[in-house]
Amino acid sequence: MVPRFWRKIKYRYDLRGSYCENCGNYHYPPRNFCPVCRRRGRVREVKLPDEGRVLSYTVVREGEPCVVALIELDNGVRIISQLSCDPGEVRTGMRVRKAFRRYGEDGEDGIINYGTKFVLAD
Amino acid sequence: MRRVAVVGVGYSQFGELWDRGFRDIVLEAGAEALADADLEGREIEAMYVGNMSGGRYLGQEHIAALIADYAGLAEFGIPATRVEAADASGGLAVRQAYMAVASGLHDIVIAAGAEKVTDVGDPMEILSASVDMEWERFVGGNLPALYAIMARMHMESFGTTEEDLAMVSVKNHRNGVRNPKAQFRREIRVEDVLKSPYVADPLKLLDCASISDGAAAVILASEEVARKITDTPVYIEACTQASDYIALHSRKDVLMMKAVVKAAREAYKLAGIKAKDVQVAEVHDSFTIAEILAYEDLGFAEKGRGAELIREGVTEIDGDLPVNPSGGLKACGHAVGATGVRQIVELTLQLRGDAGKRQVDAEKGLALNVGGTGATAVVSILGR
Repeated sequence: MVPRFWRKIKYRYDLRGSYCENCGNYHYPPRNFCPVCRRRGRVREVKLPDEGRVLSYTVVREGEPCVVALIELDNGVRIISQLSCDPGEVRTGMRVRKAFRRYGEDGEDGIINYGTKFVLAD
Repeated sequence: MRRVAVVGVGYSQFGELWDRGFRDIVLEAGAEALADADLEGREIEAMYVGNMSGGRYLGQEHIAALIADYAGLAEFGIPATRVEAADASGGLAVRQAYMAVASGLHDIVIAAGAEKVTDVGDPMEILSASVDMEWERFVGGNLPALYAIMARMHMESFGTTEEDLAMVSVKNHRNGVRNPKAQFRREIRVEDVLKSPYVADPLKLLDCASISDGAAAVILASEEVARKITDTPVYIEACTQASDYIALHSRKDVLMMKAVVKAAREAYKLAGIKAKDVQVAEVHDSFTIAEILAYEDLGFAEKGRGAELIREGVTEIDGDLPVNPSGGLKACGHAVGATGVRQIVELTLQLRGDAGKRQVDAEKGLALNVGGTGATAVVSILGR
């Protein structure tokens, strides 16, 4: 499991996506190939906006309640991510900002997985 | 392309089958289908098996050869192929068998679907591998969470309520009572659903189909062969498949399963019918919201108005368009790779008039089998 996590660190520790210069669409996660333009696409990797708003969410109730949300970033890119907040605080439409957080670990002896979560923006 | 008929159907009990193994339940389904068709094993020319994750649910791969062997077909060495598209694997197996017969390659083919989920591993965790593991599951987006995100959006966009969702579960449980092979044969009330604990808000335990053990099989034959061996052939008038972006966040409209819309549109065209001509349907209610979305994406209701069908009783077993008379995934049980085949079994029984206490009056039936959150859809239209 280590290589699978390690090779994506750049994308897990920050918000990166791809932008196609041919069609103007952004994609998350980054793609090597524009799914809209395919062969004609000109894709480059870009940093995505730090903030966005909650389109929808759920509170997953296995163990500690955990808020998982569909977030639309300020450039329109959508991302499924976790919200670091009290489950009672979250509302649709709420402004959120990215934050570097711990996601878990591969068992007691395994590596600790960090990644991007979101926190309430204001 | 040749016309293809269903000439034999069978399925095992669905549920937590602690005392029965994978091979036992597959054989039960297959033997029932052969007996129903009054065929012998030697007459089967090829086999397709829908199975999502033998490797993780059972620790066993090479499922198709195993089944062919234990079905007594190793002697004949028929081609046996496993197909996978998460919980749409069964639908895929039917479609592969359909294509093999329609194309003229084979005259008699069996499509089976089977899953044994109670032996090894965590069933929901394994089923959740149908979503994007790196970009959805990693951040906590398992299958219930993603359907819950769709459910909340549907509620906030269109006024669908938790009671509406509960009514889907109540209806399917009521139907399940009449199905002797269903896992849950007891009625529940809306209050029971609303009081059941949240799995992923707004979805509660009784909004979610259980992941079950089970197997189903259908035998398909060319029209010419079918006419010789049965007086009650049911024809597959269309069997279409489509795909979509695997992750919810990549889809422009999170509340529309584009694969379902596309597969349905093509199926209606091939069958020469419209959505309003469907008289009975078996749809993929892995979560209650999925049945509401299916109403809309199959064209039974306009987008956003799916809940009206359940409120008005249209999809009840005695309504204008009975949906999931078998009890659906919710009450019959969701045996993952078996589900898509079991749906075809149910439609065949309904169209032949062999559905017992849950019989509806129908000449055209539709089945919708969905993989994961909708990245695969298989739509079949059957007619007698």
